[in-house]
Amino acid sequence: MLDCVENRLLTSRRGLLLGGASFAAWAYLPKFARAADGRDPRLIVVILRGALDGLATVAPVGDPDYAGLHGSIALATSGAHPAIMLDPFFGLHPAMPEFARMYRDMHAAVIHAVATPYRERSHFDGQDVLESGYAGPGRVQSGWLNRALEALPRGERVSSGLAVGPTTPLVLRGNAPTVGWAPVALPQADDDTAMRLVDLYRHRDPALASALSQGLQLEKAASGDDMKPKGGINGGNAVAQMRQVARGAAKLMVADDGPRIAALAFDGWDTHANEGGPVGRLAFLLGGLDGALAEFESGLGGRWRDTVVVVATEFGRTARINGTDGTDHGTGTIALLAGGAVKGGRVISDWPGLKLANLYEARDLKPTTDLRSVIKGVLQGQFGLSDRVLAETVFPDSAAARPMKGLVV
Amino acid sequence: MARDSHAALVALNRFGFGARGGASGDLVNAASDPRGFVKAELARPSGVLLEAPGLQSTPQLAQAVFAYQDQVKQAREAAKTAAPAEAPMPQAPADQKPAVRRNLSLNAAATEIAGQMAEAKPADNAAKPEIMQPNTAAPPAAKPAPQPLNVIQKTFRAEALARLQRATLVECGFTERLVVFWSNHFCISATKGELARMWAGAFEREAIRPHVLGRFADMLKAVEQHPAMLFFLDNQQSLGPDSRAGQNRKRGLNENLAREIMELHTLGVGGGYTQEDVTSLARIITGWTFAGRQGQLGTPGSFVFNSNAHQPGPQVLLGKTYEAAGLGQGEAALADIARHPSTAKFIATKFVRHFVADDPPQALVARLRDVFVKTDGDLKAMAVALVDSDEAWKAPLTKMRSPYDFVIASGRLLARVPEDPGAYLNNLNLLGQPLWSPAGPNGFPDTSVAWAAPEGIKLRLDIAAQMGARLGNNIDPLDLLEFAAADAASVETRRTIERAESRQQALALLLMSPEMQRR
Repeated sequence: MLDCVENRLLTSRRGLLLGGASFAAWAYLPKFARAADGRDPRLIVVILRGALDGLATVAPVGDPDYAGLHGSIALATSGAHPAIMLDPFFGLHPAMPEFARMYRDMHAAVIHAVATPYRERSHFDGQDVLESGYAGPGRVQSGWLNRALEALPRGERVSSGLAVGPTTPLVLRGNAPTVGWAPVALPQADDDTAMRLVDLYRHRDPALASALSQGLQLEKAASGDDMKPKGGINGGNAVAQMRQVARGAAKLMVADDGPRIAALAFDGWDTHANEGGPVGRLAFLLGGLDGALAEFESGLGGRWRDTVVVVATEFGRTARINGTDGTDHGTGTIALLAGGAVKGGRVISDWPGLKLANLYEARDLKPTTDLRSVIKGVLQGQFGLSDRVLAETVFPDSAAARPMKGLVV
Repeated sequence: MARDSHAALVALNRFGFGARGGASGDLVNAASDPRGFVKAELARPSGVLLEAPGLQSTPQLAQAVFAYQDQVKQAREAAKTAAPAEAPMPQAPADQKPAVRRNLSLNAAATEIAGQMAEAKPADNAAKPEIMQPNTAAPPAAKPAPQPLNVIQKTFRAEALARLQRATLVECGFTERLVVFWSNHFCISATKGELARMWAGAFEREAIRPHVLGRFADMLKAVEQHPAMLFFLDNQQSLGPDSRAGQNRKRGLNENLAREIMELHTLGVGGGYTQEDVTSLARIITGWTFAGRQGQLGTPGSFVFNSNAHQPGPQVLLGKTYEAAGLGQGEAALADIARHPSTAKFIATKFVRHFVADDPPQALVARLRDVFVKTDGDLKAMAVALVDSDEAWKAPLTKMRSPYDFVIASGRLLARVPEDPGAYLNNLNLLGQPLWSPAGPNGFPDTSVAWAAPEGIKLRLDIAAQMGARLGNNIDPLDLLEFAAADAASVETRRTIERAESRQQALALLLMSPEMQRR
């Protein structure tokens, strides 16, 4: 009996995946076209952990109080590294020329003075709220992207959500099956050993059986010659790493049977000290993010047309720089959208102003847009999820945060 | 075989690093008196300290970094003068270098790992000859001359090696597990910069280990005054806005450390503090810094209180006024925070979650909280109460071993004392738990969901397969199963190993079996 099962399993990993009940999502692989116009939408969620300084990334250079508050690290319209003006009021950080190009091509947008419903300043609670989609911290069993996957109508189900990195980010955790991939090369266990272990797990440890099977499936699809860092970068720094991650994820997602939805996280945005202005630490990180967006664009090829990338962070940073040329934990920040499906070329903002009286608790950019409205708008535009599902299931108790209209082409 | 193999498995896996192979008899010893086996280590408080030839103090290490940085600078200047036409090597800012190194090691791992596994030299048999099975002669591998390591890399590897060897050699490993728990609770990250990488091991030896079986308040003070923590969370740059230095230099407060003290180290989120408390504590600990390379404030690299940077005047924290008292103001505040009821609850919860279950049994949490309160934060008493509890022995073994637990447990079972940390460090990088380098000040995750992700399990299998391929030749997998679990092993695991097509495959499957992955 056991031998018989093994023989069947050993034929190929693919065979296993198609045969096992827990991989049903792979079995009826997706014709995930948007019913109305036959598009095949893709969504990539990029979480910036550590709290991005929105005022340094998309600077309100037209606000008379900005330069004084952001002090030594403020962007300016002149100098050696001037901000790239997105409109007469907002300037983009000069480390992001690719995003600027997408913006000019109407394929990128900024939402400013945005925040989740979380109003404290703990990274970890803030990330939990951002990723879980609940109004407060403490709910970490599932993430909004996973629940959105679950809510997609049967028959239109995407293959699985793709978690990029060695662990699954909360935003993609939950009941809907996900697959994982990380850009790491290692001599691999042979298929036979892997299948024997899957079989042992299926008898003794179903959770590990499911995890291992999913891990096995993805590795081959993602590997290929062009996974090596190109351009002579030789994996030399965090910038190259961000690009490499994006390139691998795009390669998986461009396949006809690949995942339509992916989530990944970039760390390191907690710029308490020596944040830097047009050049420096934050500039370096933003350059990496910009490169990752460019990799998504080139890697997704013709699919970029139907793609939205959402870049979000747990909260912003103080409007006034602190005593160490950095910024402490704040509230309002930005969200970025990029992709061929974005109705871009706009900074969307109900600008609260930076006068002391207008700051949140006299220290932070006051949020005037609920980040959930932005994400709901994207989910609705891309996948047609209803107001009700978005307000009750994907983002529970969020009816007041209406989906933002017109974000997606 | 022993009467209670399951209890032995709990003793060794839940509380320790797993049974050692060779002739250790760990499983048999643990089975005969499981609680006593675990507690025996607690009775040897000196066993928690780690001293090894060549491991230096934090100031000594700082001075070595400063000297190294001077050398690099001089070499660069000399190169510039010698060949002005040639562009200098681009130098990443200090805080980016670890990323460079880590990324390189990720990429290099694929090609290096097999070689390093093969090169693992025979065990240092002098240390514990009776329990370690001798390796057959490993031929000295011919390898290309590697880039010489700089003093920071050498130090990091030496610190890592000392810790890995300790964890591999100890009997049960409960004390070392406690060290790892507290070190992760009060984590720093070596990726912060050259000083942090240099200090990562010393921080644990100096601020964590002496207090693991001591008092929480003492550990808290040692941690928050350690240069590595002050550097990691930016406090060395924080100046009281009204202090002399703050006035002169037009710089001021950085609230990073103050926030994490309350949020991550003591009270926990929701522990009853406000933004005003954060700012207040930040002011209270201004001036907590370390002497720099010039040594104006003291021995370079040592903790100092710089009254010039300290915010003058009384401060209100958590409803209590702390009068101006220089260093004493902050020490009094920390002592009170350590005793706060929220701290007792936060620590007890985290402790039980780590050792027993992701969803910690509330009665046990309450009991440990009470012990913490009654004993004024006696961490040994809390550890003993955990071992004495019924819950810790009855709860099913559902927690995933972290990558660190996994690589240590594997090395122990294979009776291999690491001589070179390279393979371990590579594997930890691959599995998402780079040594002393968590992504944020909240440390590495401590729930099964984090370590049982698809990619992580797949990578563990690849690593286990490599170990099987390199080491499977000389072992009997069924003997190892006896050492690891004996009759607590499931029928399916035993059969899977018996039916493996080779010893190599059997070893990989054993290392990946639920008995080796869950604790």
